[in-house]
Amino acid sequence: MNQCLQTIADYGLRAFGYGERLLPRSDFTLCQQFTLIGSGLLWNIYFAVLALAAGFVLANALALCKASAHPLLRKPAEWFIFVFRGSPLFIQFFLAYEALVLLPRAGIEIFGLTVQTGWVTRAWAGATLVLILNTAAYSAEIFHGALRNLPRGEIEAADAYGFSGWQRFRKIVWPTMLRLAWPSYTNEAIFLFHATTLVFFSGFPAFQQKGDALYYARYFAEQTFNPFVAYPIVAGYFVALTLLLIWVFGLINRRLNRHLPGAARKLRYRPNLIR
Amino acid sequence: MFSYCSDPSVLEGFTWLSCYLTTGTHMLFYASFGTVLLVLAITAPVALLFGFGGAMAARSRIAPLRWLGKVYTSMVRGVPDIIFFLFVPIALDQGLEWLRSRFYCDPSVPVRQGNDFVVCAAAKLPLSSSPSWVHDIYGIALAIIAFSVVFGAFAANVLYGAMGAVPRAQIETAEAYGFTSRQINRRILLPQMWTYALPGLSNLWMILIKATPLLFILGVEDIVYWARELGGAKTRAFDYPHPDWRLYYFLGVLVFYLLMTWVSERLLDRVRARLSHGQATLAGEAMRKAAA
Repeated sequence: MNQCLQTIADYGLRAFGYGERLLPRSDFTLCQQFTLIGSGLLWNIYFAVLALAAGFVLANALALCKASAHPLLRKPAEWFIFVFRGSPLFIQFFLAYEALVLLPRAGIEIFGLTVQTGWVTRAWAGATLVLILNTAAYSAEIFHGALRNLPRGEIEAADAYGFSGWQRFRKIVWPTMLRLAWPSYTNEAIFLFHATTLVFFSGFPAFQQKGDALYYARYFAEQTFNPFVAYPIVAGYFVALTLLLIWVFGLINRRLNRHLPGAARKLRYRPNLIR
Repeated sequence: MFSYCSDPSVLEGFTWLSCYLTTGTHMLFYASFGTVLLVLAITAPVALLFGFGGAMAARSRIAPLRWLGKVYTSMVRGVPDIIFFLFVPIALDQGLEWLRSRFYCDPSVPVRQGNDFVVCAAAKLPLSSSPSWVHDIYGIALAIIAFSVVFGAFAANVLYGAMGAVPRAQIETAEAYGFTSRQINRRILLPQMWTYALPGLSNLWMILIKATPLLFILGVEDIVYWARELGGAKTRAFDYPHPDWRLYYFLGVLVFYLLMTWVSERLLDRVRARLSHGQATLAGEAMRKAAA
């Protein structure tokens, strides 16, 4: 038990580069596997939280642009969504990495200031950027669908009460859009969370073996030639966190539907109906 | 490829490019697009079959079979698919080698020795003496099975939902006419469920297309592999030296996938229109009205 606590102290934050430098090489204990994979899981959470937060804002803007009548707003949004939804995330990672590597090493001069560019090729920045753009495209499509399905009566009621412009959007259109889109958006969030496991398998290297949960699971599976321990562990972690995510999104769903008694149906994860 | 390609160092401009793009390795690159299409063509029906089995099992009256179906359909929900892609091939490989080792080797020798998985040479899959294309095929076959298992589970979800969506009255009518449950399945349930299953299945097809680059992780020499190989900077030691062109290769791959999804979407729209024909759904009703 004490040994395990020591392992947690050594490897609990290994994925971020704290604690023991060398990964365990032989005599892998269950505790080591749980600790190290759990430490990698922090990266998955980091990617998912950042991408969802930023992607949500961007997705709202994109959905509104796509719903706009003005072609200068609509066309770019449509193309953005088409490209990011039509191509594999895996390829997007590779492409983004190769593109970011091409940025000048010495940095870019802007108004006499030199902006460093080395950090964007790191996973924590580059992969997050790709994930943000990717989830924004998928979510924008969901939000756009919800915008098109706004009940006409609600808009008419808003007009009748003298709402217009920003006020109508903020008080009527946006909450209703979110309410309609939320079940699908929950699926998208889960899919994005699962997609974070791709980061260290694509172009982005794991410097000093600082990787995500699946990176360490694969490390153990390859070292021990035994896939029956490490992969179930990482799968268990993901099931637990997926349930947590569904619970949090369910709370938000209840809040969005609080004015409609009985409307807040339980969120069900249907992985097949999205993407 | 062309007769003027014999000495690449004197070529320039377009002729250089035409020779460069038709080298042997580039031909392998183009062939790998075929590999991807082949994997898609095999995986889709096999996964559909798996999904069909899973959905039927989940609806079964025999409890253990039903539990098996339910576990199969729900296993993909909480776990990222890539974990299955990594797990299934190696687990399958070890399972097969273990089985073979019980027959061909001395069964008293354990296969797990410390951190190693050891079977005797006769039980290796594929045999180390077999030619390299057997190894390639074996790798691709394992990858296809992994894809089929995962996408079969996705498809089972879709088909299970679609079977439940067929109007209950239709089934009851069939029962009233004395159809056996097998007849109901074959004549009422199966023909009608497709229109409900299609949105989910077409989505699944899109996901499957976009999952094929993961073949690279499984060690298959697919388009991602070749794009990385060919795009990397080539020094003077090579016939066709060039700087790092991986960005352009990946752009090409990206366009390939965009085309694939775009064409699929067009085709699926047509299938959707055909399947809606004469169905008691909104789309079917709209078609009836448009025709009248």
